[in-house]
Amino acid sequence: MSTVALPGVEAATADGGPRRRLSPWQAWGLALLAPYVAVFLVFVLYPVGYGLWLARHPQSYVQLFADPVFAGSVVNTLIFVVVGINLKMAAALFLSGFFVTARPWIRWLSVLFILPWAVPSIPTILSIRFMLNPEWGVVNQVIFRLTGADGPNWLNDRWIALSMAMLVHIWKSLPFWTMILIAGRLAIPGELYEAASVDGASVWQRFRFITWPSLSTLYLTSAILSMIWTLGDFNSVYLLTGGGPADLTHVLATLGIRYLRLDQVDLAMATIVCALPLVLPLVYFMMKRLSR
Amino acid sequence: MKRLLTEARLVLIGIPVAIWTLLPIYHMFLFSISTKEEAFSGELWPAHPTLRNFGIVFREQNYFLNHFWRQFANSLLIAVAVGAITLVVAAGAAFSISRLRTRGGRLVLNCALFTYFIPAAFLAVPMYKAMGTYGLLNTQWALILAMVTIASPYAIWVLKQASDKLPWELDEAARIDGASPLQLFRLVYLPLIAPSLVAVGTYALLLAWNEYLYAFLLLSNDKDITLPVALGHFLSADDSPWELLMTTGLIYALPPAAIYYAFKRYMVTGLTAGAVKS
Repeated sequence: MSTVALPGVEAATADGGPRRRLSPWQAWGLALLAPYVAVFLVFVLYPVGYGLWLARHPQSYVQLFADPVFAGSVVNTLIFVVVGINLKMAAALFLSGFFVTARPWIRWLSVLFILPWAVPSIPTILSIRFMLNPEWGVVNQVIFRLTGADGPNWLNDRWIALSMAMLVHIWKSLPFWTMILIAGRLAIPGELYEAASVDGASVWQRFRFITWPSLSTLYLTSAILSMIWTLGDFNSVYLLTGGGPADLTHVLATLGIRYLRLDQVDLAMATIVCALPLVLPLVYFMMKRLSR
Repeated sequence: MKRLLTEARLVLIGIPVAIWTLLPIYHMFLFSISTKEEAFSGELWPAHPTLRNFGIVFREQNYFLNHFWRQFANSLLIAVAVGAITLVVAAGAAFSISRLRTRGGRLVLNCALFTYFIPAAFLAVPMYKAMGTYGLLNTQWALILAMVTIASPYAIWVLKQASDKLPWELDEAARIDGASPLQLFRLVYLPLIAPSLVAVGTYALLLAWNEYLYAFLLLSNDKDITLPVALGHFLSADDSPWELLMTTGLIYALPPAAIYYAFKRYMVTGLTAGAVKS
């Protein structure tokens, strides 16, 4: 900590002259910034540097690419991100239009609608996991009662299990993105809609020529940010399927942790390095956007 | 007639949305008031609702619940510590960057933003190794510091946004009156950004209370772990007492939900504004 704060202080006092008067302010500035700088250096910069150093062996990548679980995880991750994001953002866009409709009961519903976001994910994901239990879960029991046939073994098939993990992810994060888009819609001046209804515009025309142009930037930013977070979503997959059946539903986020638990840190870091080409451009885009 | 049609359409959207939202939470609640037999029967309401499960959890009368209160206290302590430390770290940094215009502040802010955008599951692996190097593994400090690392970038960003909106004349007036930087910080700055501090503190607290991955990696001793890790342990057995798991899960989920709704006013204005700027 002190290594960061001290050079600035010395430089300011040694300079003398007009700068000298500023020095207590500069010194306090550095002192107040120092705790975060220390946190960053110790818990971000050093670990990331150390991690990249661990991932330097080409051998790790050869081993990683030879592991069929890795190829499967890459495919799963891409599907999870592309399908998941588009479904989620389209639903959020639609529902934000629903929730800005002025009705008392819709206001009450919007309060309930936040619940999946407000409660921790572990118990609710486990709850969904039991609902999908082939023998005892409520979903298959209802299917049996209605049709007399046995429902599918939801978490024992790669594609069904992955789709369920995607639904869990959407269930959890849909309220947040809907809230963001509601805020965006509420910022659109009401006069635009009044003028449009005077001109006899249809619902679609109002959306196409008023709502969408005002919302598109926010929508894109949200989609990118959501993509970054979805790439790092560990809970939805790990707590629902545990990566199973037979490690077929892993995504890169859970695969890295799987290698770590198997004490193959080199492979864990190599997995993360392989995810970076996906993550870094998105991070760059977001930083550009926020730094403006 | 047209009006009636609009209402009908709204209701047709509203009902599926309500079912979709509430089903997993209702299912959890249903298990918590059912005996094991009734929970597994697939009924939508138990014939004999009971609070027995809550008694078992509170009295720790199950192998998986041996340390329930201890783990509850761990979760609480860690969440409060993360909230408090994040507030101190982030308020200082935001004040320094925004009001004192400290040299290098821009760079630090960019580092923080970069950390914010790196998915936490990817940072977990190197963080785990580093905690091992520091000898912090399996101590609660590891989890507290890891969560402060994850929570503070966003906290700094939100507080900096709020600080930039304060009138610059305030600082000048304070300087002319001979206030020290610390007095400006304590007496002028902190009271003015109090609503954002509430939002950020709550954010960090909830983030730490809800965290599963880091808690599960960094802690292993049954007496040190937090509630979510304990919930995960239920899955290790084939015949897990799911009704107790759901009961514990419900107890664990209630405090953050209550806090969220209590501070919703601050959370929505303070955090959504900072989350995505169009």
